[in-house]
Amino acid sequence: MTLAAATNENLANLSNTLIYSAMAVYTVAFFAYIAEWLFGSRSKVARTAAALTPEKAAAKAGPAVTVKKAGGTAVLERPRVTVRAQGGARDVPDGPGAHGGSEKGDLYGRIAISLTVLAFLLEFGGVLSRALSVERAPWGNMYEFNITLTTVAVGTYLVLLALKKNVRWIGLFLTTTVLLDLGLAVTVLYTASDQLVPALHSYWLYIHVSTAIFCGAVFYLAAVSTVIYLFRDSYETKLARGGQPGRFASSVLERLPAAASLDKFSYRINAAAFPLWTFTIVAGAIWAGDAWGRYWGWDPKEVWSFITWVAYACYLHARATAGWKGRKAAYLALGAFACWLFNYYGVNIFVSGKHSYADVGLGALQAVGF
Amino acid sequence: MSKTTTSAPEGQDNDQDLGAAGSQLSTAPREETANLPALGVVGWIRWFWRQLTSMRVALLLLLLLSLAAIPGSLIPQTGIDAMKVEDFRERHTTLAPVYDKLGLFNVYSSVWFSAIYILLFVSLIGCIVPRTWQFVGQLRGRPPAAPKRLTRLPAHTTWRTGAKPEEVREAALELLKKRRFRAHLAGDAVAAEKGYLREVGNLAFHIALIVMLIAFGWGQLFKSEGNKLVVEGDGFANTLSQYDDFKSGSLFSNDDLEPFSFDLKNFTGTYEASGPNRGTPRIYEADLTYSAGAYGKERSTTVKVNEPLEIGDAKVYLVSHGYAPVVTVRDGKGKIVYQDAVPLLPLDGNVTSSGVVKVMDGYKDAKGKSEQLGFNLFFLPTYGGGTMLSQFPALVNPMLAVSAYHGDLGVDSGIPQSVYQLDKKHLKEFKDDKGELLKKQLKPGDTLTLPNGAGSITFEREVREWAGFQMVQEPGGGWALGGAVIAILGLSASLFVQRRRVWVRATEGPDGVTVVEMAGLGRSESAKVPEELGDLAETLYDKAPGAPDADDPSESPVPAEGSEQQ
Ligand code: HEM
Repeated sequence: MTLAAATNENLANLSNTLIYSAMAVYTVAFFAYIAEWLFGSRSKVARTAAALTPEKAAAKAGPAVTVKKAGGTAVLERPRVTVRAQGGARDVPDGPGAHGGSEKGDLYGRIAISLTVLAFLLEFGGVLSRALSVERAPWGNMYEFNITLTTVAVGTYLVLLALKKNVRWIGLFLTTTVLLDLGLAVTVLYTASDQLVPALHSYWLYIHVSTAIFCGAVFYLAAVSTVIYLFRDSYETKLARGGQPGRFASSVLERLPAAASLDKFSYRINAAAFPLWTFTIVAGAIWAGDAWGRYWGWDPKEVWSFITWVAYACYLHARATAGWKGRKAAYLALGAFACWLFNYYGVNIFVSGKHSYADVGLGALQAVGF
Repeated sequence: MSKTTTSAPEGQDNDQDLGAAGSQLSTAPREETANLPALGVVGWIRWFWRQLTSMRVALLLLLLLSLAAIPGSLIPQTGIDAMKVEDFRERHTTLAPVYDKLGLFNVYSSVWFSAIYILLFVSLIGCIVPRTWQFVGQLRGRPPAAPKRLTRLPAHTTWRTGAKPEEVREAALELLKKRRFRAHLAGDAVAAEKGYLREVGNLAFHIALIVMLIAFGWGQLFKSEGNKLVVEGDGFANTLSQYDDFKSGSLFSNDDLEPFSFDLKNFTGTYEASGPNRGTPRIYEADLTYSAGAYGKERSTTVKVNEPLEIGDAKVYLVSHGYAPVVTVRDGKGKIVYQDAVPLLPLDGNVTSSGVVKVMDGYKDAKGKSEQLGFNLFFLPTYGGGTMLSQFPALVNPMLAVSAYHGDLGVDSGIPQSVYQLDKKHLKEFKDDKGELLKKQLKPGDTLTLPNGAGSITFEREVREWAGFQMVQEPGGGWALGGAVIAILGLSASLFVQRRRVWVRATEGPDGVTVVEMAGLGRSESAKVPEELGDLAETLYDKAPGAPDADDPSESPVPAEGSEQQ
């Protein structure tokens, strides 16, 4: 018994060390990303302008552009698929990424990604040892919730990178928020490791909370993309109208993916996460049914999960309805993410409800993530 | 994979010039501009209905629903915590009446909240019915024939082949059918469509929402919920009279109560002994024997916090726990007038508890006069010396503080009384030597002797535990769950399946060589359409290989990132 306790103590300490190490490495990665952006700013890329300014576009309309995909082995030329931009979307190429085509920038970018991988592994180890130290899934309080959330967000980013998706540009934004979030976790939200109160002993906890964490991480990535979309979209609009955006704006935005790509990216992510979010709420309702005798009781946490759900449904509806695509839909997506954020931080901090476990008669364990 | 070519956009919205071929790729209603109707009641009603069932209004109502749900999470709600509402009323005397008028203490059953979701669901039904119809029509019909100019479609490819046009069409039909397209030959082209599951999923999702709403409403109307405190060794039978408190939905009738009974054999609670969470429960469970139905067989089970006992429609939850010290009261002659385990209500996390003993009859004072006795009890499972607050929730060092009264308990007046409080209006205090209220701290086995031969009260060496149970019946749960499962499945189909069309036209060109044209159409979100078209083209190309080309100088290879994203 005492031996086990000592092991657990050691694991808990190991976990803390790993989390702090991960933070240190994320910080270095952060500076490497900054270096990538700085070196990238020296290159002169202006393909957006090229694609959007009238003379250039006219020149382009002549010969079509061919992309050689997997090399054909046939003697004769294989059929080529011609693609037209649909629904009046601008036909703008994506930017080259933060490094802006500069070799040095690219090198720093790669270093930054390697560091992100390292930090991810450290943080993952931290979460894992925390789980081992408490002999349960590490989702019992806000601290554990936060370290898991950031791990999943970074993990998703790395998986998308490995799948060769055009997401490398998110790196800087991601490490910035991950650092902020971890800083918050280790200072304000830190809770010494311990077991759960019986109200939290349920396999629905694992299902409900793990999907909630995953949805949060993924919604976050989509929200970043949406914000950037709004900037990039106004940039492109300005260019298309013949305007001249500021130098900083052009330098940064020019290197990011085209507005249409960003929009599509965030839509796909939100659309993929929405059924999972629906499932999260249903799983929570089943758990509530077992724990509190009613599956739905308009508890603040439940209300805000519902609001978040309806807000994302609004966003999806908006995209299916003419006249609400593009920027308007993007605002809805951001609104929906704001609801998610409020549900996660706001409700725990400002609103008291059943999810704080104070009134179940089981002793107080405040601020359980979900 | 074949090569992909990007060309600059020409048309603004290709749906318009595609005619029938581009139509009905979804059953989503088209947006109409809000033309005001010509006069006439029918005209107005029709206009109103069309507005209500439009996607724009659906979106608006959804937005409203999310906004309307907000105040209920910030303002205390009667249905959730009536005490908090009372507290709020006392602190905000001007605001509270306004809130009352607006229904802000009962947001989720208020008129305006109901109006929003009822309108939304009327809109939903008004939308679903025609869409289902339309979809059935699409399933019965065939994919629309190829548009005249396939080059106008978002993804397009063409080549010349030595094969005969009929052979190409035959091969294309076979290929598309093998790929599970619904395909048929129409004129000089094969028309094919795939991904109907998307529409099925979308319709199933919206219908499932209606099922869930009805199931939830049904559950609220027929719901019943009551609490009962049971001391170890005692039991409960599910009839109205046995409940400590009970509430039910407006259509509930007492016959709906599931017949069952149970006895509480044993309650087990263990607590964290050290660390920052010292005192939080670890094991927390009740062993029961129960029988379902009037004459059911007796069975044993354990009820834990997340594991209610389910009997038919009813669920039995373990919701609270406390102590019931066994107390004996004797009269002046030593005759036992009261002996029982007295359930006490916990006041804090360490189960500092309070309650009362009421000796209602059978007691005579020293002079032989019938009287009633009342005792206030204050109990600490772990007495740490000093403060009158328990130090730990388990029974480590129990202490029972007793104070004694006599006279009239007021129980015969007919006014309902709490079993946990004394009504001291007609009670007199027993006094100690100093003339103060007689009270004493008892360890197990200790006795407090009442003055002047009035008797005594003994804290026996036994403390039983009690468990609070909540019995809930909420019909419709199964339907709600079924609806939720269908909703999730339908939603996934709706969001992940792409509905798309492919056309393959094979005609004889002016020089006698067959020209094959293929085109694909999906919704704007589908990036897979060109890819799939390329794949199909490649397979078909193997069956109808290219003929030497009459050189096509119009396209020259240039790398392009734009066509390759994500
Ligand atoms: C109870 C509220 C509602 C919710 C939560 C809801 C939710 C959703 C969601 C999440 C989608 C996205 C699925 C997809 O893109 O395929 C969707 C699609 C759709 N909804 Fe709703 N909806 C509601 C009410 C309505 C109403 C009242 C209407 C009709 C007026 C409607 C018509 C549609 C249509 C036509 C689509 C498919 C659009 C398309 O084909 O992409 N919905 N709905």
